[in-house]
Amino acid sequence: MAKYIGKRLLYMLLSLWMIVTATFFFMRIAPGNPFASEKKLPPEIEANLNAHFGLDKPWYAQYWEYLVRIVNWDFGPSFKYKSQTVNDLINEGFPVSFLLGMEAIFIAVAVGVLLGIIAALKHNRWPDYTAMIVAVLGISVPSFIMASFLQYFLAIKMGIFPVARWETFMHSVLPAVALASTPMAFIARLTRSSMLEVLANDYIKTAKSKGLSRGVITVKHTIRNALLPVVTYMGPLTAGILTGSFVIERIFGIPGLGAHFVTSINNRDYTVIMGVTVFYSILLLVSILLVDIAYGIIDPRIKLAGGKKGE
Amino acid sequence: MQISKDKFKLVGTQLGEAEKISKPSLSFWKDVFIRFRKNKLALFGLVLLGLLIFMAIFGPYMTPYDYASNDLSNKNQPPSSEHWFGTDDLGRDMFARTWEGARISIFIGVAAAVIDLIIGVLWGGIAGYKGGRTDEGMMRFADILYGVPYLLLVILLMVVLGQGLSTMIIAMSITGWINMSRIVRGQVLSLKNQEYVLAAKTLGADTSRIMAKHLIPNSMGPILVTMTLTVPSAIFTEAFLNFIGLGLTPPIASWGTMANDGLAAMRYYPWRLFFPAVFICLTIFAFNVVGDGLRDALDPRMRK
Repeated sequence: MAKYIGKRLLYMLLSLWMIVTATFFFMRIAPGNPFASEKKLPPEIEANLNAHFGLDKPWYAQYWEYLVRIVNWDFGPSFKYKSQTVNDLINEGFPVSFLLGMEAIFIAVAVGVLLGIIAALKHNRWPDYTAMIVAVLGISVPSFIMASFLQYFLAIKMGIFPVARWETFMHSVLPAVALASTPMAFIARLTRSSMLEVLANDYIKTAKSKGLSRGVITVKHTIRNALLPVVTYMGPLTAGILTGSFVIERIFGIPGLGAHFVTSINNRDYTVIMGVTVFYSILLLVSILLVDIAYGIIDPRIKLAGGKKGE
Repeated sequence: MQISKDKFKLVGTQLGEAEKISKPSLSFWKDVFIRFRKNKLALFGLVLLGLLIFMAIFGPYMTPYDYASNDLSNKNQPPSSEHWFGTDDLGRDMFARTWEGARISIFIGVAAAVIDLIIGVLWGGIAGYKGGRTDEGMMRFADILYGVPYLLLVILLMVVLGQGLSTMIIAMSITGWINMSRIVRGQVLSLKNQEYVLAAKTLGADTSRIMAKHLIPNSMGPILVTMTLTVPSAIFTEAFLNFIGLGLTPPIASWGTMANDGLAAMRYYPWRLFFPAVFICLTIFAFNVVGDGLRDALDPRMRK
């Protein structure tokens, strides 16, 4: 286990190093000077600014400083908004995004698993077909289209939910549902196929023949085993929720980190783009690692010691 | 009881008869097609896909309007017999724009899939066939790159390289090929020790011939499924990038740019969002369903 975690940690660090290095060099080749504006700056001021941000040093010194800063959890300043740093943006926007993301993950897992279980228990009957049609729709409709349709029909036309902004719980329902729709569909399909696989096992037959009730078989024997593959989906789920939040927060006017990120892209605020990218990458890679470790603990059949997953 | 001998007749058994195969022999792909045909949803997806491609090719010629020419006296018109899908804020015909957008979206999807195919087959094929250190090194590199979050890297590249069709396809392919290379490697690993490969080697075939004539054709099934499923994800990424302001520049009409424009006007001119949005969904749906159907048809475990 320790060996496996160590190996995964090493890979994670290498991937992170790759994206950090990429952001650093992208910054240097990005078109335009960070201080470029309508007014031409006097050369003395420009030199001062360069010195302030350390841009007068050779590239390897800058690169090293950049790495040290990231290790110290400092993602740098914003070039567009002089008084703001990327850390400020993260501290301000991330709690909102986190709340929204958690709500979406809850909906995706709860509804997805439920749909999958119903579909498997009523295999090849109408509940199965209905659940799978819902799942195919969820996969085919991108989250931003789902969000705009929900907003148009349920908020603008029918007025059941508020149209936008981030105030009460009611404000969070539509964005969370839109964010959850695609992962929910994947989870439903995953749960269904894994339930069907488990139901075909001999121990289910044994449980039936020794007279256990349907409920006990379903809860104790089937669902517990069938949910294991769903845990592996938690990594991609986090990634999907995170990137989905860029557009959903924009559509619903939610002041989260995703919306800030998109604004910085439109402003070409390079330091913010790079800083937030590095932050998101750390977040994602760490959560995927945690999911993998959790999976190893939950399912004792998987041998992690050799560094290879049993398949 | 006695039965007279003349009640019996020698029918004559020929030993060869039992050995005869009564059903006509099917090639692998015929068999796959028969199984695919039984899947109604997949068949529906295939028909839908055919229609979409047909409209992408001929749609722009079905209306006298051009996708890029403005007509400011006719802006934001609802769908009518004149403008079938209405017009946008510059008076451009939405029907022409929708099918022009279909061309671009499907082109991006297919181009991304083909680039993934080329790099993935080369990388995975060489890694799997050579084995040992080469394999180890090549796949470790792929693993590290795979850890880099896909959409974030695409966004970064688009920011740095600038907007445009080719940048978008390049950005998508930089990490997109890894999935394909893993699948090809797995296939090659399982195939390379088969007798017919040994036979080909004995007959003096070189590596490139073995790869091109034996290993890759025999891995075609999983490769095809991966390609079919890459297309919808590329179409999604295109729409997504346009939606966050990192896409193609006007007057290019892609479904992503149209949906992005339409969103701003959704409250008063809903058709401007409706048409591109519905066609994005239909295309993603069709490719997904066909890909799933193909996977089920290729998987021998699904045989009944």
